[in-house]
Amino acid sequence: MRGAARLARAAGLGGSVIGGHLGLRLDPGLLAKLAAGRRIVTVSATNGKTTTTNLLAAALATAGPVVSNTQGSNLATGLAAALAGDLTVARAALEVDEATLAATAVDLAPSTMVLANLSRDQLDRYGEVRIVAEKWRRMLAELRRVEKAPHVVANADDPLVTWSVAEHAEVTWVSVSSPWTADALVCPDCAAPVIHSASDWHCTGCDLARPAPDVSLVDHTATFHDDGDRAVELDLALPGTFNLANATMALAAARIEGVDPAVAAGAMTTTAEVSGRYATIESAGRHIRLLMAKNPAGWQSSLGIVAPPPTPVVVAINARVADGRDPSWLWDVPFERLAGRQVIAAGERAEDLAVRLHYGGVDHTLHVGSALDACLTLPAGPVDLVANYTAFADTLAAR
Amino acid sequence: MSPSVRGRSPIRIVQLFGDLLGTYGDGGNALVLERRAAWRGFPVTRVDVTALDAIPRDGDIYVIGGGEDGPQSRAARLLAESGALDEAVDAGAAVLAVCAGFQIMGHSFVGPDDTTVDGLGLLDVTTTRSRGPRIVGEVLVDADPTLGVGRLTGYENHAGVTRLGAAATPLGRVVGTRTDGPVAARTEGAFDGRVVGTYLHGPVLARNPTLADRLLAWALDLEPGDLDPLDDASIDRLRAARTAAALSGDADRGDPGPLVRIRRRLSR
Repeated sequence: MRGAARLARAAGLGGSVIGGHLGLRLDPGLLAKLAAGRRIVTVSATNGKTTTTNLLAAALATAGPVVSNTQGSNLATGLAAALAGDLTVARAALEVDEATLAATAVDLAPSTMVLANLSRDQLDRYGEVRIVAEKWRRMLAELRRVEKAPHVVANADDPLVTWSVAEHAEVTWVSVSSPWTADALVCPDCAAPVIHSASDWHCTGCDLARPAPDVSLVDHTATFHDDGDRAVELDLALPGTFNLANATMALAAARIEGVDPAVAAGAMTTTAEVSGRYATIESAGRHIRLLMAKNPAGWQSSLGIVAPPPTPVVVAINARVADGRDPSWLWDVPFERLAGRQVIAAGERAEDLAVRLHYGGVDHTLHVGSALDACLTLPAGPVDLVANYTAFADTLAAR
Repeated sequence: MSPSVRGRSPIRIVQLFGDLLGTYGDGGNALVLERRAAWRGFPVTRVDVTALDAIPRDGDIYVIGGGEDGPQSRAARLLAESGALDEAVDAGAAVLAVCAGFQIMGHSFVGPDDTTVDGLGLLDVTTTRSRGPRIVGEVLVDADPTLGVGRLTGYENHAGVTRLGAAATPLGRVVGTRTDGPVAARTEGAFDGRVVGTYLHGPVLARNPTLADRLLAWALDLEPGDLDPLDDASIDRLRAARTAAALSGDADRGDPGPLVRIRRRLSR
């Protein structure tokens, strides 16, 4: 640890991603050294990992100091930077990019690993979603082989996650009733159809099926079946059922780390925004609430929490590398539910969105370019802005 | 309403295997067909067929999309076992097959673990795996003039390379240079009669209303020119934007390397 600390200081580490990059270049073993002797919880998912990590960090902080990359720098350099932020802190809550997790897991040797959901995201960058699940599966086998097997908190309602975790022994299965099944209609193991019902799923071709949950979320209550059906109420400042799901995953992980779920739930109530998400910004009399969505599953969730009419909705789409270059996923998003209200299509790929809205029967105006400028074309008052990754980041940077 | 609309039985659009092969927003193609028919007053029905359903034999337009190796092989097997698509094509149905779906229409393609999987042979094409990197980026295609659909715009993302036999006609010629992979194919897609295969996403019919209308006209036994014009202003704007991006070299393909840069400069 002393060597790592010296190296970290020499490289200008202390929470900065650039420092993390330099540090890893100087010593490829830095991540393992920074992680050694600490209890680390990783959080990976296609959607909700930043929020879940923030909620988890808040819960773990009730038992002492925690380092965390709560701003979402979730590649190896960001992990190194977060761990180097304070070398005296024994615990870490780390958001880890789902495609990076397998490459860093042996170095991090997490005590608890949250695997929350997998769906299509940035296809031209990550390849197909099953490949990520396959990486997770091999990663867990490797962690067992080197005797660093973590306790896994896994989403029992997600067939891809279930498949990647199926061989693992130490698992807390959490049911959060995933509303997005479109990316899990085919068995990752045998390619047979997977049948989903209200609270269950199973493969029609092999034995893969929903595991019996140890923890279930229903409405605002997380029930710990493995603890005499103990019920814990969730009272979040964050909107949406998907954030209740994120919180339940965090509760289950915090419990493994020794934090009582009721205490953990209490610590989560004050988190009102996550790196700008769900925040309301003021600009020339417009009260703009910021929502981010990156992929069809995330969009379905975000469209579910937009304010009712007459609040106008600005939807902003970019297709830079970080967004995925191909926005054809727009056609998997149920934009039809915006019909009948005031909608502006914005962002660098506003024209793609406009055609999607046209065929979805959603009247709209077109504003190619900045989401914030699009909001300013509206009269003073509340606006809901739903933006994908870089369109959201640009809005935050401009506020 | 066109005079030809009255008394017609509905156009039957069959979306094949949205569950197995729906990776690239492919359901959008069926939606575009459905809306363009309905806006003109034609009755239309849409059937979404999953891997657990029987495949209708009486569809007018079949649409199938892209996806991963395993589901693709399963879709090919289900189609072969059913025989419904072959029967419908013999009876004059149109097919739009995109990406993995295009490969299924051919003689064979590459399945899981590099196995060779039989396709339906509705198109005289054969797909092998690209020896280079995945083929990804914006494409412009001047479609075969006999189709009367003009220039097509799309986005491709595939590892398969599809070679055409004598009985298949290229869907069109690539405008400019398609630079990826050792084969750098100058043509895109294939068609034979009313069976159309392409790698273009977007979805392809969202970006190319002329191709959507070509398929609808086949289903109606009309010429595309017989169809009432629609308000395609938003689509025209999208086409202009994507065409400009493809021609400006902002074709999302990254740096193609010095050789290709020189070749592109020479070909200008």
